Formats: sequence, C-alpha cells, structure tokens
Amino acid sequence: MDLFRWTIHEASAALRAGRCTPAELMASVNGRIQAVEDKVHAYVSVAGDAAVQQASSLNARNEASPLWGVPIALKDNLATQGMRTTCSSRILEHFRPPYDATVVSRLKGAGAVFSGKTNLDEFAMGSSTETSCMGTTRNPWDPTRIPGGSSGGSAAAVAADACLAALGSDTGGSIRQPASHCGIVGLKPTYGRVSRFGLVAFASSLDQIGPLTKDVIDAAILLKAIAGHDPRDSTSVNVPVPDYPSLLNGEVRDMRIGVPQEYLQVGIQREVREAVRNALDLLAGAGASIREVSLPHTDYAVSAYYILATAEASSNLARYDGVKYGYRAEPVEDLLEMYRRSRAEGFGPEVKRRIMLGTYALSSGYYDAYYRKAQQVRTLIMRDFEAAFDVCDVLLAPTCPTTAFRIGEKVNDPLQMYLSDIYTISVNMAGIPGISIPCGFDDGGLPIGLQVLGKHFDEATVLNAAYAYEQRTDWHRKRPPL
Amino acid sequence: MKITRGQVEHVAHLARLALRDEEIAEFTGQLDAILAYVDKLNELETDDVEPTAHVIPMGNVVREDAVGEGLLIEDVLANAPGRKDRFFRVPRIL
Repeated sequence: MDLFRWTIHEASAALRAGRCTPAELMASVNGRIQAVEDKVHAYVSVAGDAAVQQASSLNARNEASPLWGVPIALKDNLATQGMRTTCSSRILEHFRPPYDATVVSRLKGAGAVFSGKTNLDEFAMGSSTETSCMGTTRNPWDPTRIPGGSSGGSAAAVAADACLAALGSDTGGSIRQPASHCGIVGLKPTYGRVSRFGLVAFASSLDQIGPLTKDVIDAAILLKAIAGHDPRDSTSVNVPVPDYPSLLNGEVRDMRIGVPQEYLQVGIQREVREAVRNALDLLAGAGASIREVSLPHTDYAVSAYYILATAEASSNLARYDGVKYGYRAEPVEDLLEMYRRSRAEGFGPEVKRRIMLGTYALSSGYYDAYYRKAQQVRTLIMRDFEAAFDVCDVLLAPTCPTTAFRIGEKVNDPLQMYLSDIYTISVNMAGIPGISIPCGFDDGGLPIGLQVLGKHFDEATVLNAAYAYEQRTDWHRKRPPL
Repeated sequence: MKITRGQVEHVAHLARLALRDEEIAEFTGQLDAILAYVDKLNELETDDVEPTAHVIPMGNVVREDAVGEGLLIEDVLANAPGRKDRFFRVPRIL
C-alpha cells in the first residue's frame, strides 16, 4: 500500500486505528518526493529526515486531531521558524525567520508534520512559477506545461502525491488557478477568515492563505484548522469558525446557483466551457436551481487589479533594503547605492516590473488617475457580486479560460500572462471565498477546474456545493501518470 | 506613448532600483502596453462611486500596553547582512 497516496481523512483514520505511525507515513511521503521531484520540482526545500524526526516525536495527546501525523507542504512565502523561507527570491535566499506564521503554529499545534517548502512565482507574483528564482515547477500531468501559479509548487506536490495536502496563498487566483491546472482542490477563504501573520506580504488587501488538497473533505479539515481570529493580524475577523467537515452533506436541493454570463464568453477553451455546462447539468439534476446572472464589470477587473496589487506590492516590498535581512550588494559607496543595488540585484524581472508599475500608479500626479480610479472600480466589482448574491447562494464558473499553457509560452508577454487570471481576480477584489475543484479533462488530457464562489464568510455553502459535485463524479480520484 | 523613458528612470529612482539601460528600455515598452490596457478603466463613469480600500469594514485595533514575549535580539540579528554588537551595520550616512 502506498501510504503517500492517502488523503488527510484516509491517513487520519489509519493513524488513529494504529495501522501506521506518523513516522512511517512521513517516510513514505519522503520516498515519493525522491521518486518524483526530479520530474516535477515542486519543492524549494525538502525537510527530509527532519520531518521523520518531527513525526516520531509527536505528542500522543493530539491523536484526536484530524491532522495529527499528517504530512503537509507549505508554500515558501509562509514563515517557518528556523526553516529557510525564500519566497523563491534571491533577495531572501538565505532567510530563516525567527518566528512561525500563525497558520504554521496552528498546524503544529494540531500535530501536522511539514514535508517542506514549495516553489512559487517570486513573491507570489506570477501565474506559472516561471518567475521563481529557484527554477520552474512542472505540471505533473505534462512536464512541458506550467503547473499554474503562484502556488504552483503546492499544487504540483499535492497532484504528484508528494505531500498529503498543502497550504498556498491567493492574491489574484494563486491557489485556485494552479489547483485547476493540476487537477486538485484549492480554496481561497474569505478575506479576513485566516490570519495573514507570517505570510510574506504581496498585496495586503487581497492576500489570503488557503488549502490545496486531494478532495473537498480535506479542504474543509484544513480550513477549520487554520481559520479564526488572530490578535497579530488586525484584518483577521472575529467571527465563529463553523465545523466545516461535519457540515458537508452533499445536498444541493433548492440551492440557488448562479452562472455569470461574462465568464463563459469569448476566449474560453471549448472543452472548458463544455465541462462547466456538464457540471451545471449535473447539479441541476441533483435538485439545484440554476439561473443566469451578470457581473457587468468583469472586463475591468484585470485592469483595476494590476493597479491595486502592484501599488500595494511596491509599498510592501520597500522593506527589502539590505539592512535587516536578505541580500545586500557589496561593496557600496553609500546608503542610497546599497538600497538601489541590493534591490536591483536581489529582485527578479517580474517583481521589478510590478514595483515599477505600482510606484508609477502611486506617484505624484498619477494617484487619482490610476490608484483612486482602480479603487472605485473595485467598488463596482463588489456591487456586481452583491447583486448576484441577492438572488443566488453560490456562483459557478470556470476557474481558468484554458487548461495549463506551455512553459515559456507567455513568459515574454506580461499582459497575456495577467489576462489568464481573468476569472479568479474579481473574487479577490470582492474578498469573497472561492474554491476550484476538478471537473474534467481537455482533449489533450489536461485537467479542467470548476470554480464555486460564495458570500463573505459562507465557506460552508461553497464547500458543500463543491462536495455535492465531487460526490457525484470521480475526477478528483484521477492521478497523473508519473 | 503613455510613458517615456525619462519617466521610467524617475520611477526607478523612487523605487530605489538601479536598473540597467536595457531594463529601462524593456520596462518602458512593457509598462506602456500595460498602461494602455489599463486605460480601459476610463470607459467607466465613477464620479459618484466611493473608493474601496478594504472589503471588510475595519477599525483601529488596540491592545493592553502589557509586557509580552518578543523576538530575541540574537535571533533577529542572525539574518542581518551586516552587524556590529547589538546593531545593524550600514554604510556611512553622514
């Protein structure tokens, strides 16, 4: 039996029944990592024997936790005390945080074991992991294709069974898009549902941490473990966290499902549209009522996003100055030269491009034309969703307009790369929760993702609609031939 | 053109990035294309629309001014590219 193929809930049942030990499970995952990492390159750092030791020394008191002894991978922009946290950037190549992110300490408290840190686009800025300074992760379904991004390493590791589940972060689709391209489940919670303390900041009003898993039950388990108010993140909201796993019943009778017309129009791959239509038919057959809705400002979301996200990034990344941590250019004549050269040598091209765009949008004389305008359009996008949720419980849409593109295909055209996030970006702008689940394959055998979106703090309904679909299909059981 | 080479040089200075000549040229073209696309936003009438900075209503958060656990100086300085005693070392400022 290949233990590494288990889901969290399968592993948890086996561990509690004493059919295997946490160390045996972790050793099995390590063996899998060794077997597939050359082909996939999902990890920046592999914990290896240290993870087996962590598993061996787990406190038995935690055995009631569904994560006790379960190997989880962490996106390498989540701070791990004493463990290298690079953001796949040269500027943080040797950075070892003196503290854990809140999600990391919560998982530790729940008895999870960390298999390693996964690859990402540099500072989570990208849709393919191609902007990583640690090499490009490959799609386990086709090594000539990107795994999606920015949480491409986390998605590829889950799809390749090189961990049982992973955490990622999602600023404009960075959990859902790679989950879609790798044929797994990826959930972006409501903004404020999960503490961002210890998540290296990209765009603070958009970033959110969430799970990448092999099925919907696992997403519910992980979300429950990481969600909740944290005094160290003033944007984390103090509302009750439901017991998500126990709320899954697969019942969608009378659920009102909206279909945004703007998400099924030009530019969408034929097989993606068909797969989403089939999913709608299936849920209608299960008793859901389907209606068309309109999100009229969809076309403006990418524009507004790339102003707001880059403006916030230019401010957040000002901290990399070569003084307190990270790369410092040497020798230098004076302080200004140290700043300018440390940043120029430490950041890669995409990060520089976004810092430049954001600095421009915030600079004197352009603030109103770009930044304020984009914030106003953000309001319009939020209102679109509010109107849709007046008449619907959830919305159903494709996660991406196409399946995974080829490595190198869009790397020289940043605008085309940005436009690949067209169906995921609005969700961050509105701060609502969204999940991507597998819903089929294209003619070339590449996975297609179905997105379910919900109201603020209504992850329970989002998860249940996704679970209803998953229970009636077996796409989530398909694994790439590695 | 939405943006000129001179503006890109100015922004690079504001962002404290020592860009090479070829980077300036490349970014001028790319930023111009992105800004031309972003111009789409001007199709929308937004005079009466409030800007949104954060999607969740938020207020200031305060806490008791109590002594708690902090980071240890040695742990923090372990990541410093330059240090002297208990301080970060930087090039001469004055």
